[in-house]
Parts: sequence; structure tokens; C-alpha cells
Amino acid sequence: MHSDKVLDAKGLACPMPIVKTRKAMNDLQTGQVLEIHVTDKGAKADLAAWSRSGGHELVEMAEENDILKFWIRKGC
Amino acid sequence: MTIKQMTAAEVSKKLNNKTDLFILDVRNESDFNDWKIEGKNFKFLNIPYFDLLDGVEEILDQIPAKKEILVVCAKEGSSVMVAEMLSEAGLDVFYLKGGMKAWSEHLEPVKIGELTNGGEIYQFVRLGKGCLSYMVISNGEAAIIDSTRMIDAYLDFADGIGVKITHVLDTHLHADHISGGRRIAERTNAAYWLPPKDAAEVTFEYQPLESGKGITVGHTAIDIQSLYSPGHTIGSTSFVVDQKYLLSGDILFIDSIGRPDLAGLAEDWVGDLRETLYIRYRELSDDLIVLPSHFMIIDELNEDGSVAKKLGALFADNHGLNIVDETEFRELVTGNLPPQPNAYQEIRETNMGKIEPDDEKQREMEIGPNRCAVR
Repeated sequence: MHSDKVLDAKGLACPMPIVKTRKAMNDLQTGQVLEIHVTDKGAKADLAAWSRSGGHELVEMAEENDILKFWIRKGC
Repeated sequence: MTIKQMTAAEVSKKLNNKTDLFILDVRNESDFNDWKIEGKNFKFLNIPYFDLLDGVEEILDQIPAKKEILVVCAKEGSSVMVAEMLSEAGLDVFYLKGGMKAWSEHLEPVKIGELTNGGEIYQFVRLGKGCLSYMVISNGEAAIIDSTRMIDAYLDFADGIGVKITHVLDTHLHADHISGGRRIAERTNAAYWLPPKDAAEVTFEYQPLESGKGITVGHTAIDIQSLYSPGHTIGSTSFVVDQKYLLSGDILFIDSIGRPDLAGLAEDWVGDLRETLYIRYRELSDDLIVLPSHFMIIDELNEDGSVAKKLGALFADNHGLNIVDETEFRELVTGNLPPQPNAYQEIRETNMGKIEPDDEKQREMEIGPNRCAVR
């Protein structure tokens, strides 16, 4: 899956994955995709809910070993 | 202004004392809707922490200045962040130590009553998940029934009052929480009892809870023989303690009845459930005090924080015991069941000893409410 930027948020506990994701997303243009790697399991539901509430699209999610990967497309 | 920690035990006290508390739950909406702290005089506002990253100004008018304010999240981190923001905005606030994770694991011991010859029975109320477990104490010995995985709560309690745990029992193979029974038995050299019909696949040694066997704790006999009570599982067994208390497992609750589907056999077991509730239990004394393994809603708690009611009262009021028509009963317990508990298959396998998830995984498997009942 294509991404325009990768954010490594592994090892960070809530609320940091969302705080970092939000900051990284500010540097992207509408339509661009941010790839995020986290290990905090709580991020699964929270990133999905945050994307919805912020008008972004959670395009894909994958789990590799203990790392959760998200691809979020920036909305307007 | 100030930020203070509030422990799960302190929240329990407020709940039992019916104290006012304003809870700002900053988890995401679906987690909040699925499962939250509930209390008679608790008020709620759910705003996910990620909607507050730019500040709390917009929600200040929704927070009462005169009440105690508790910020709650899943583990603690986000609630501390939001508490700091509220404090900067001029409020005195608390955050929940350890978050919902700690709330889910807190056990509150409540004395239920006395037994013949000086014994006592305690109920351990797991407010965050609705699980109830028991300690029967008599003459320096104790039996533990339907224990949770937080085994230190029981071991410390027994130590504190100077009694030796001699028996550990599970009324059935649980699907909604991980039993601590086997580990307590290992730590204390107590006997671990399980109904053999639920234990067909277990990987460890156990004592079969069968008809004809009685268990004695100090001076108190726990009569097992007459109460094989299938329906929630095929092996479900109820205990009468001291001819006064009916430990009903997941068969009968205060305001609901057990569901028969968690081992995958709703259609097969619905008949057993009906027979247990409408025939076997009807033969028992109305004066028995029913002590179930769960409660479903906070309204089931008595004034003193216990969950208990006379069998006669349940025959009068519990909807599940008053469905005359068998077809209608079948429809209730098989047709419109609530969602199954989180990770219930893995929980069953853990309780059989087939898998051994680490502590963090076990905690995660149990997150959320119990869902053993139909109503």
C-alpha cells in the first residue's frame, strides 16, 4: 500500500500515538496517505474513531507480529 | 487547580454509598457505549480525548463545577492529559488510577452473613465486570467459589483473617472470565473441584463435582448432590451452603437467567435450562438466599453493595422464571441473545488449560462487560 509519510509510534502509550498522528497529518495534503506503526493495542479502536471524527479515511489496517499498521488518507 | 488520583476502590465506595460523581469518560464512543462505570448517582459525559487535543474550553459549560469530577480512560494516560487541561482551566479534578483496566480488576469483599457454628460467607463483587465470587469460612478453613483471575485478592483476604484455603470450586467452565481456581489450588494445596461434564477437555488434574459427594469446610457442609443444574453449560452445578444459601452459578441471576449458547449448544441445552429453573429449583426452599456468579445491571445491587435475594422473591419477580409457555421460553433463550462476551472461546480454552496467555493478554481478553445472561 502506497504511503506519503510513515510515522513510527511503536512503544508509545495512549494518548501519544494519536497526538503524533494528528501532528504528522498536519504536514500532509488532502488525499495523501499517512502510514502509522503502533504497538499500543488501544490504538486500534481509537485511530479508527479519530479518523472518522476528523473526516479522514482509514484505508487499511494490518497486524504483523505485535505491530499494528494503519494507512489513513487525509480528508479536507 | 488540583489533580488527584482516585483508585478503583474509592470509586467502589462512592458507588455503594450512592455518592454524586461526575465522570468525564474520554475513551472513544464505541468503547464507552459498550461498557462504562455505572452508579446510581453517577453522571456522565463522553468526549474522546482526541477531540480535546486543542483544548477543553468547548466542554467546560457541560461540566458541573460543584460536583466531584473524575476523568476516566482505558489505561490512565489520556485521562491524566485531560485532567491537566481541566486543571489549567480552573477545575479540581480526579483521574482514575489505572483506568478501566484497574476498574475491571477491582474486587470489593462484602459480608453476606453468618453460618452455623461461627462461620461466615463473603461475596467478592467485581463491580467493573459484574462477576461475583465467594469465600465460605468456617473453623479456620475457607472454600472459594467461582474465583476471578485476581487471586491475590482472595489469598490476602484469607491471610488477613487467618484461615486456610482448603477447597476451590467452579460452578461451571466459565466463558466470560478467566478462573483463578486452578492457580489458587496450586498455591495453597487446596482441592480444585469442577463438574466433570464441563471438564471433558481440561488438561489438568481436578476433583470431579459429582452427585453423592459433599464438601465440608470447617463445620460447614456444602451439599452438592441434589443440585446438578445444567443449562448454562451441560455440567453447571449449584451449591447449597449451610442449608441457607444457594450459589446458583450462571443458571439464575437476580434479574435474569443464564444463556445456554456459550459452548455452542443453545438448542440442545435450552431444555436442560428450563428443567433446572422450572423443576429442580422449584423443589428448593423459598427461603434460600440466591447468590449468583454475576450481576448484569447496577440496580441488582442491594443497599449494602451485595447481590443476593431470596429464591421465593425471584420466583415472584424474575421474568425468566415466569414464562409459562415453553415455546416462548425457548424463543427468549435462543432467539434473541445479546452479543457474546469478548474472546469467550479463548477464555474457555484458557480455563481448560489448553492455552496459557500472558497476563496482559488475559486482561485484554476480559475487557468489557460480562454477557452470561438473557433477560
